[in-house]
Amino acid sequence: MGHFTKKSKAKPEISTASLPDIIFMLLIFFMVTTVLREQEVQVRTILPEAEALTKIEQKRYVSYIWMGPEKLRGNRFGETRVQIDDAIIEEMTTIRSIMYRKLTQEPRLIVSMRTDKESVMGVVTDVQQELRKGGTLRINYSSKRDISNL
Amino acid sequence: MGVLAKKKERREAEIPTSSMADIAFLLLIFFLVTTTIDVDTGIGMTLPPELDEKVEPPPVKERNSLAILINSAGQVLLEDLPSSVAQIRQEVQIHVQNQGQDPRYSESPTKALVSIKTDRQTPYNLYIQTMDEVWMAYFEIWNTEARGLGFANYQDYRSSLEEDAVNEIRKKWPAQISIAEPDPGE
Repeated sequence: MGHFTKKSKAKPEISTASLPDIIFMLLIFFMVTTVLREQEVQVRTILPEAEALTKIEQKRYVSYIWMGPEKLRGNRFGETRVQIDDAIIEEMTTIRSIMYRKLTQEPRLIVSMRTDKESVMGVVTDVQQELRKGGTLRINYSSKRDISNL
Repeated sequence: MGVLAKKKERREAEIPTSSMADIAFLLLIFFLVTTTIDVDTGIGMTLPPELDEKVEPPPVKERNSLAILINSAGQVLLEDLPSSVAQIRQEVQIHVQNQGQDPRYSESPTKALVSIKTDRQTPYNLYIQTMDEVWMAYFEIWNTEARGLGFANYQDYRSSLEEDAVNEIRKKWPAQISIAEPDPGE
């Protein structure tokens, strides 16, 4: 009987020795999947909604172009501007060389156009003409899933 | 004294590992916060290469091309008839699936072309809606075709394909969508 009392005295404990290993596993997962947010978007881009969507799985091939009204101080919005990487494009003709350079670095480049849905086609057409001049022909009109009529 | 010295010698130099988990946690939280898992979704297109002025664009028979015009006020003109965005999907399907029967529509699915032309002041949202309708028209055709082959839908058929296998459905019903050249001098 003394045998039994001995057993009950031992406190049940979960071993925490493997805890760092588990955390490290998670850490490594997130380190691998992380793509650091490189730039701050200076234009407003409320994306349009669509149904016929395709996913871009390879994030590494994607280069973004933002188009929309410029964010100003005090929640106001200015003229429609184009932003590539972290700079607002002043002269449309510079887009072709920027895009050509990107294409030489990554031949499978997909240009994703994140355009505000209240923009007009004029600026989109201008950018598209520049993309053609730069040779970057794979584009994507970034849009969200339409939730309203599901 | 002898007892104390003996004790000191026995102690091994150890790095405390109890804080290891904390360090890892901090790093984990940093990466958790900075990670963006959301995938970019959108309507994929391939732009036509830049026009060579010496080379004439390939001729397209009038009946094979379905022209969609959207003006600055957001009005839709489908083959010169005032229309609406909601009608585009059906019209595209009739046009593509015509198989040469109706002389107003295409001769065959592989020759059928959908051309979208916009104005500088056309709302972008409307352009995306139009694009969406045209693509949905094709998706619906592909879905029907995939079901005929015994798949649940086109997505199923796509995922059943090998890496570089020919997509027979798209070969049979190619989505040929053209973005019209903008008018010069605007």
